Amino acid sequence: MTPLLIAQIVLTLFVFFMLLNSAAVMVYVERKVAALLQQRLGPYLVGPKGVLQPLADVVKLMFKEELRPRAADPLLFALAPIISATAAFAAFAVVPFGAETTLFGLLKEPLRLQVADVNVAILVIFAIGSMGVYGIVLAGWSSNSKYSLLGGLRSSAQMISYELSYGTAIASVLLIANSMSLTDIVNRQAGAWFGIIPRWFLFLQPVGFFIFMTAGIAETNRAPFDFPEAEQELVAGYHTEYSSMSFAMFFLAEYINMVTVSAVATDLFLGGWHGPLIPESFGWLWFLVKVAALLFFYVWMRWTLPRYRYDQLMAFGWKVLLPLSVVNLLATAAGVLYFGA
Amino acid sequence: MAPETLAFYAFGAVAVVASLLVIAQRNPIYSVLLLIASFGALSGLYVLLDAPFVAVIQIIVYAGAIMVLFLFVVMLLNAPHEETEYDERVHPLLRPGPMRFGALLALVLAGELSWALTRSGDSGRFPAGAVASVRAIGRSLFTDYAFPFEVTSILILVAMVGAVLLARREGRG
Repeated sequence: MTPLLIAQIVLTLFVFFMLLNSAAVMVYVERKVAALLQQRLGPYLVGPKGVLQPLADVVKLMFKEELRPRAADPLLFALAPIISATAAFAAFAVVPFGAETTLFGLLKEPLRLQVADVNVAILVIFAIGSMGVYGIVLAGWSSNSKYSLLGGLRSSAQMISYELSYGTAIASVLLIANSMSLTDIVNRQAGAWFGIIPRWFLFLQPVGFFIFMTAGIAETNRAPFDFPEAEQELVAGYHTEYSSMSFAMFFLAEYINMVTVSAVATDLFLGGWHGPLIPESFGWLWFLVKVAALLFFYVWMRWTLPRYRYDQLMAFGWKVLLPLSVVNLLATAAGVLYFGA
Repeated sequence: MAPETLAFYAFGAVAVVASLLVIAQRNPIYSVLLLIASFGALSGLYVLLDAPFVAVIQIIVYAGAIMVLFLFVVMLLNAPHEETEYDERVHPLLRPGPMRFGALLALVLAGELSWALTRSGDSGRFPAGAVASVRAIGRSLFTDYAFPFEVTSILILVAMVGAVLLARREGRG
């Protein structure tokens, strides 16, 4: 085995490990920020400032009994959380999170900070995301419970409605970047205009960014679009009948999906690992900061905005977001044609 | 065997077996899921053919969007098992009505398929890398195939209008 191959394998394992960790960190952050916004303390008993709370949660979940309703479809009931979690992990594989590095001269050839370099990366993320829907839909159906089924149906309707705007928003970025490779897209955003404003696509595509983030929140089923698991109406939606680690897998999938959407948004709109002050080989630090900021935004939204009504969600998706994204795409295309890419 | 050949047989086997199981299933939900598995295997074959774009589109459009709609309908109809109102022991060709017609169509299809497969020979090679890049596909879609492309979209539009018209109840809106 060449050193580069070993480095690749280590990198893959590292990304896997970090994604698992990011879910744990997000559970803690979510609870702390929620407490902050509601003037409570949040978790504070386990470990200093309650930082070990996610660990306690995991241990608790592991010791819970694994329950399955008698009327449930055994095969699909077991398969659904696996599909959800697998899709969530797989999607991150094509996201680049740093410039090429030789690890301080350890390697002869530079290593890409990306698990798999695919030239249609952005579409791969899309494809894996659309596979993730099946986890939720099948969980809803196989549980054989009315709340779960309604949750699953809502989730598929919601994902189909918002996937269109999501894709159109990405298409406008692809037009400006003139490439489908995420690494190329990030590298087009290096440098600054007039020496101060960074060349982020956020400034060329503010509408696109808004659409991407809104549709991204809908795609990950987060508040204010968390209809598949609306507690007040559906108990817990598609995962009502799940317990123990299979419930934990849905939870894991939700948080990892949030991380992936934030990471993709960082690559598409916020210049990826490019930033001032830090040398490019440490660019992943900038990447982490940007992703963390977006994740904070996610949590902030959830605890600030009330949930929409279901018809409002559909009306907003089809009658506001989709036309807006189409107009944005046309305007971008006209702009690219006029000014050149 | 070369890894590519091995992967080709693996994907091919999954596609064929899953497709057969789609029609051998009594439970429509499992049929839908097996069809998705078959589409996934086809997508793998496209990757082997050096057409990543087509592979990904196969997943997004067929395995993703269209099959979710299928699953949606099957779940809403809530028909876990196909209802059989005829004698299971009678041979399909001897059963009355639509079953006999279906079996006849299947025979015709099998005949056509074997005819096509035995006669084809070299079935239209395309130059290597012709569909490898999004750029190449987009260019040919909007130049050489612009007319069929637009006609297809009009066809879909007509279908959509028709569906809305059929779904709309009389006397409202």
